[in-house]
Amino acid sequence: MPGQAPTAGEAIIDREGLQALLDALSARGFSVIGPRVRDEAIVYEAVREVADLPEGWTDRQDGGHYRLERRKDRALFGYAVGPHSWKRFLFPPQQRLWRAQRTGAGFAILEEAPPLDRWAFLGVRACELRALAIQDRVFLGGSHPDRSYAERRRGLFIVALQCGEPSGTCFCVSMEAGPKAASGFDLALTELLSPGSHRFLVEVGSPAGEEILGAIPHRPAGAADRREADALLASTASRMGRSLDTRGIRELLQDHPEHPRWQEVAARCLACANCTMVCPTCFCSTVEDHTTLTGEGAERTRLWDSCFTLDFSYLHGGSVRKEIRSRYRQWMTHKLSTWFDQFGSSGCVGCGRCITWCPVGIDLTEEARAIRASLPEPTHA
Amino acid sequence: MSNPPRPRLAVWKFASCDGCQLSLLDCEEELLALAEKVEIGYFLEASRKTLPGPYDLSLVEGSITTPEDAERIQEVRRASKKLVTIGACATAGGIQALRNFARIGDFLSAVYASPGYIRTLDRSTPIAAHVPVDFELQGCPIHRFQLLEVISAFLSGRSPAIPHYSVCLECKRAGHPCVLVARGTPCLGPVTHAGCGAICPGYARGCYGCYGPMESPNPPSLSLRWRALGASERDLHRVFRTFNAAAAPFRRESEAHAD
Ligand code: SF4
Ligand code: SF4
Ligand code: SF4
Ligand code: SF4
Repeated sequence: MPGQAPTAGEAIIDREGLQALLDALSARGFSVIGPRVRDEAIVYEAVREVADLPEGWTDRQDGGHYRLERRKDRALFGYAVGPHSWKRFLFPPQQRLWRAQRTGAGFAILEEAPPLDRWAFLGVRACELRALAIQDRVFLGGSHPDRSYAERRRGLFIVALQCGEPSGTCFCVSMEAGPKAASGFDLALTELLSPGSHRFLVEVGSPAGEEILGAIPHRPAGAADRREADALLASTASRMGRSLDTRGIRELLQDHPEHPRWQEVAARCLACANCTMVCPTCFCSTVEDHTTLTGEGAERTRLWDSCFTLDFSYLHGGSVRKEIRSRYRQWMTHKLSTWFDQFGSSGCVGCGRCITWCPVGIDLTEEARAIRASLPEPTHA
Repeated sequence: MSNPPRPRLAVWKFASCDGCQLSLLDCEEELLALAEKVEIGYFLEASRKTLPGPYDLSLVEGSITTPEDAERIQEVRRASKKLVTIGACATAGGIQALRNFARIGDFLSAVYASPGYIRTLDRSTPIAAHVPVDFELQGCPIHRFQLLEVISAFLSGRSPAIPHYSVCLECKRAGHPCVLVARGTPCLGPVTHAGCGAICPGYARGCYGCYGPMESPNPPSLSLRWRALGASERDLHRVFRTFNAAAAPFRRESEAHAD
């Protein structure tokens, strides 16, 4: 706005500027993935134009419940996270790892070509950035980095979204994973809507982001724009649909493997694995080997797996976690507790997907609360 | 040097609609490779020529519904090194197991002019209730890729990569938003065996369980959810009583809800 003092490094773009951003990304060879309405949900798929975005849509979410609804305004990002997460691009749900072909006496391994696409993700929220960082740690940390993940992750361009619309199942504030995205992006947008004005505050997070911003029409942001963005984030933080008391949570779960609540939740749990599939940090996979009928060829495929399947814990002689009780306990304890032992952080970012997309609405925040409430105070310092 | 003898394959039919055998004939491209790799010893749907046993691999379609078939399956088992059952009839008794819930005499007198000529059992039972089975491939009908996988696995002496978890895993990998959560459409996916590739949710329909129970199904919990979505007791009674009506987890759940 004229007369405002510019805020260092921040800019304002309008809807045309957003289209220019999409064009600039594709001119640089990126395939842009962003939010779209499909099959009664907002999913992450290829977007080319601003018109592809879910303009005027929002979602209502609760345990086992998700409905698209019309908004009163024309917001493009006025929804919360949906059934997809970005992991399906970096860690594909089904992926051939290699093929083998018989050659006379032996066989030859045919490697898979690296992916052709370079992606730009549009609309990545703070919780999702944290989930990305967690999966980076899982797949790239340690002495055996995952080559396929590395190839996909390298060269990724991230347009973050400062979250203006939490859902009824969000609790990123409890997990200290949001709603503000502070780093880990190339550009970050805050959608600012007021009567007669629809604009985006742009923060720059990397040289690549700076270069792109320089290539699209923008003007410097002012202090009033920043105040409006801050107010929006504060409002988001105050409207979390769920909360989780994380004090001593690691011990709370690890110290009570025989708590009767596990049996209670097992009566409701379907062991369907939806929670692990939709979770942006769950990383488990299995491999399937197939041979051709003639026995001349073989191939190995990697597929998303889940600790809710029986094969997941199959050791010599059978599955270790036969009861649903022990499978639910594995999932929740891994997410909130043993992840610390394994990777030095929580495995949960509070995105709420596992609550919304559980067909029977099982809610890990409620399960944790029930276990805590049943114990004599205090179980933690 | 002569080629090693090809394994001999047989395909047997019991009480069934032939749909699962047709899945094999549908494998047009792969059939030639199969014919090179195995000797078709017995497959009346494809050829009238038959060769004597023993058979290295027998695929068995259909359930046992007559005294003759109860005898014949014993012979088939004796003549087979490996025996794989294919489809809901062979693995669970099929749609014809609806007779298990009624009095067979009532059907006979309703359908046949002279029921005295009919010799039938009062229950339709899966093959595994009569003879040991090496592998069961669920589905109504089975998926041809899964059938090829099972045959390839037996030919190369490895275990088939046929997962027994729920349809939901296939549904999520395919990227379908859950129809139960996003539309309130009742879906049997969470209790149903994977294998179809989540076809129905991909068309915005609920799964109706044609692959039968998954490895550790929890139908009572799903039924409660269906009730909350508006399904009646009668709906639940009926939805668990289709092609896999006699599979124990589905049978128990249909019996828990009044018609
Ligand atoms: S455990 Fe649930 S709330 Fe936490 S990150 Fe995974 S899906 Fe989101
Ligand atoms: S919760 Fe289960 S599926 Fe998710 S990462 Fe942990 S073990 Fe794997
Ligand atoms: S908690 Fe819910 S989504 Fe997860 S396996 Fe159980 S029923 Fe399925
Ligand atoms: S649509 Fe059905 S099969 Fe798919 S995730 Fe939902 S409940 Fe499972």
